[in-house]
Amino acid sequence: MDAIMLTGSDTVATALRDLAGGEVAAVGVLDETRRVAIREPIPFGHKFAVIPVRTGDLVLKYGEVIGRATRDIPLGAHAHVHNIESLRGRGDLATTGA
Amino acid sequence: MEFLGFRRSDGGVGTRNYVGVLSTVVCANEVTDRIARSVRGTAAFMHQQGCCQTPLDVTRVGEVLVGLGKNPNLAGVLLVSLGCESVVVEDVAAAIRSSGKRVESVTIQEAGGAANSVARGQLLAQELVAEASAMAPVPCPLSDLTLGLKCGSSDTTQGLFANPALGIASDLVVEAGGTSVLGEVTEFIGAEHILARHAREESVAARIVELVRRMEERAMAVGCDMRGGQPTGGNIKGGLTTIEEKSLGAIAKAGRAPIQAVYEYGQRPTATGLVVMDSPGREPEILTGLAAAGCTLIAFSTGRGAPQGFPFVPVVKITGNKATWETLRDHMDVYVGTIMDGTESLPAAGTRLFGDLVAFASGKLTKAEISGYTNSMDIYVVGPVI
Repeated sequence: MDAIMLTGSDTVATALRDLAGGEVAAVGVLDETRRVAIREPIPFGHKFAVIPVRTGDLVLKYGEVIGRATRDIPLGAHAHVHNIESLRGRGDLATTGA
Repeated sequence: MEFLGFRRSDGGVGTRNYVGVLSTVVCANEVTDRIARSVRGTAAFMHQQGCCQTPLDVTRVGEVLVGLGKNPNLAGVLLVSLGCESVVVEDVAAAIRSSGKRVESVTIQEAGGAANSVARGQLLAQELVAEASAMAPVPCPLSDLTLGLKCGSSDTTQGLFANPALGIASDLVVEAGGTSVLGEVTEFIGAEHILARHAREESVAARIVELVRRMEERAMAVGCDMRGGQPTGGNIKGGLTTIEEKSLGAIAKAGRAPIQAVYEYGQRPTATGLVVMDSPGREPEILTGLAAAGCTLIAFSTGRGAPQGFPFVPVVKITGNKATWETLRDHMDVYVGTIMDGTESLPAAGTRLFGDLVAFASGKLTKAEISGYTNSMDIYVVGPVI
């Protein structure tokens, strides 16, 4: 197993080893294994999209919301701080009234 | 299952038998350190607080010092004060004495400076250690154990492996009648709905949600996105993207036991079972809070490798990250990366960890105790230095 999803409804998986762009990762989700073509290097412990995620979509891990996509995240692309924002502790938004 | 513990006259049971040398104010740290370094069997607690703070925080510091002094891992206590600070050393001493312990104090301005205070303190500490050394550990049920839960220097391996394993171990402590204390309210943000569902009753759920609101508002009051502070830069390098993701992984260490009650920072639980204590996630403040709440053992999961222990409470470092286990051997105590490579199931690793925790409770030394990486502590205060 190269990566793991915690529930079937997760939209991201976590890499269990460094993954290279172009390889097909075996993604364990409970008792089943899915195959995802990796688009770019994913370091150990980092996440990638297991379905195409669109700008504004909520991102799910553990079957729970971990944030919102700030850009489209294609299937197999690195999903991290460059394309996911937090919905909590956002003092920056509170002060501008956004 | 039993552990070897030190029974105190107030009913508490310690996993260790130190004489605590507690500084009551930042200005007394130097003397505290010198006394403790020169008397075997002592443990120094130093911090940056105790004076020029709001009355609310002065009260907090005093209460935390009392909580630390009453911790069952201490057989006796020597308080070291400067003399002019806001915290009233006599009050702290009297409150600790009510637990039946011998408490002595040295005041630098009365003793005639640091050198005289160190000399007087050494003699008092030697007496206290001589008395403490006569106490022997006896087999105690796990219902006498108070376990603190903490994770730090996190990466994504914790939410997947180390915290779920610790959750199983914590549930086993609770099933045996013991108490587990979950802090790190910052790391409830985004996961509080799950913790609230685990609450014993509605009022407990409401208190959990309220603690999170208070902590989140504090963070937001500075007008920034808290990302970078929480999750930290290191967390982000480890693959954690948002506080929600960090929290969802962090709360796994509390297992599935119902949450019985919610306490303020450093407050000693009266309930048994799993309880929540208000605290931030940073090590110096939360480890002190857990110790002040009476935790006699702390289980600390880490991904990237946090080194901190606590002066008189063993802090067991648990990692599921193979690279951290292999490169930080002088800091890591238990490895659960076996879950990831498939050589051990999660329940088996959790049960093994539980056995390890009992061994550490019974006197097996943690890496932090062996290396003495235990001194950089502080007390969580809410107001400014004034």
